[in-house]
Amino acid sequence: MRPLVTALGLLLGWEALVRLTGVPVYILPPPSTVLRVLVERADLLLAEAAWTAAEMLLGLALGLVLGGGLAIVFAASAGWRRWALPLVIVSQAIPVIALAPLLVLWLGYGMASKVAMAALVIFFPVVSALYDGLRRTEPGWIELARTMDAPSHAVLLQIRLPAALPAFASGARIAAAVAPIGAVIGEWVGASAGLGYLVTLSLARGQTPLAFAALVVLCLLGLALYYATDWAGRRLVPWQSQGA
Amino acid sequence: MTDVPADPSFRASSALPAAALDVRAARIAFGDRVVARDLDLAFPAGRTTCLLGRSGVGKTSLLRWLAGLLPGSQRAQPVAWMAQADLLMPWLTVLDNVLLGYRLRGDAAALRAAGPRARALLAEVGLADRAAERPEGLSGGMRQRVALARTLCEDRPVVLMDEPFGHLDAVTRLDLQDVTARLLAGRTAVLVTHDPLEALRLGHEVRVLSGAPVTIGPAIVPPGAAPRDPADPALIALQARLVADLRAPPEGRAA
Repeated sequence: MRPLVTALGLLLGWEALVRLTGVPVYILPPPSTVLRVLVERADLLLAEAAWTAAEMLLGLALGLVLGGGLAIVFAASAGWRRWALPLVIVSQAIPVIALAPLLVLWLGYGMASKVAMAALVIFFPVVSALYDGLRRTEPGWIELARTMDAPSHAVLLQIRLPAALPAFASGARIAAAVAPIGAVIGEWVGASAGLGYLVTLSLARGQTPLAFAALVVLCLLGLALYYATDWAGRRLVPWQSQGA
Repeated sequence: MTDVPADPSFRASSALPAAALDVRAARIAFGDRVVARDLDLAFPAGRTTCLLGRSGVGKTSLLRWLAGLLPGSQRAQPVAWMAQADLLMPWLTVLDNVLLGYRLRGDAAALRAAGPRARALLAEVGLADRAAERPEGLSGGMRQRVALARTLCEDRPVVLMDEPFGHLDAVTRLDLQDVTARLLAGRTAVLVTHDPLEALRLGHEVRVLSGAPVTIGPAIVPPGAAPRDPADPALIALQARLVADLRAPPEGRAA
């Protein structure tokens, strides 16, 4: 309740500021105007939101699968760990944002470059969260499995992986929080659809209220994605509260 | 024990013949710290041997060595291992935890065949109605009962238990000792503990570990069948002797 009151207070202050100072609407539209645009252009906003949501979801799925898969490979094979893990860590020194124009150049203005961008942004948090989880298995479980003559692939898939799922779930939560960044950056660099595209386009045309409305929708989309991931994590990993 | 039900489907005891476990010239060391040197030990078949000693004397190391869990150690034969922590997997049901070894080894036929045994063992430890639950809802004593069922479900010739009831309150511990004594009947078992009463209640033989490198005292054979009554005066007298033994400096005892 309290954050809502705070937000309401900020919006009222914003409205009052605009009215008192007489800032032109194309510089800073008042919340009331943004709200009106949200309602009037709902069709357009929803269509663009659907596009961006598809990019975010596909990017999230791709990043989770690739990042999760690579983490499992790293946990299973010392060779991969030695040859490829340092590279993955170093790759984080590349500012992903700087890669966006390249991705658009290679993959085009369509959805693929945005999906790739989102996947790239979330790849590292997913790999590192799951890999850390896979390394920190309760040693007693591993010893128990050894006395049971368990083959190492069974230890990995039946003990270390489920034990690491809570860590994977928190990695996925972080990924869900940053996936919109990847998608929107992709759209800013070059796109023909999506909320990020709508923001740049409306600003260029002096339709600042529409840009703000698109940002609001983008925020809601990001929140929805985060909470959906959080919910899915709790459903699929119900033992995570235990903190094994 | 005579009170085991005759119904074969309810039979939870081992199908394997109990085997003796012999240790010859064992050396256990962590770097420069030698825990055991030239250690000879024989654990008789079908009996429970309790290794009693103070903390840090190397009981757990010896047991881990027997289980093949120490670097360089090779176990003499397959063992079923029960640690101080219950080591239940929170994502598996109670029944699947009991069947963990079969699940890990991935032999579908053996897993199917072990199902009735696992259920019978859960019934023996009084948890038949909790088989489908996840372990998070169970008390510490119940969790350790599940761990006991899992250990015995393995059906290995030797059972190794490392202070299995160390975390439990006194009354729960007595209850679990009763269950354990019943289920270990006829098996070769080595149980490590620092509790003299526990050793005396459960062991066919009790042996005191002391010193560094560790030496192992002669076999003490408590009278009667396990689980022994903790109020038995003979047991209390033995307990007093064991406590005195444990408190004595190692040189005094060696002389």
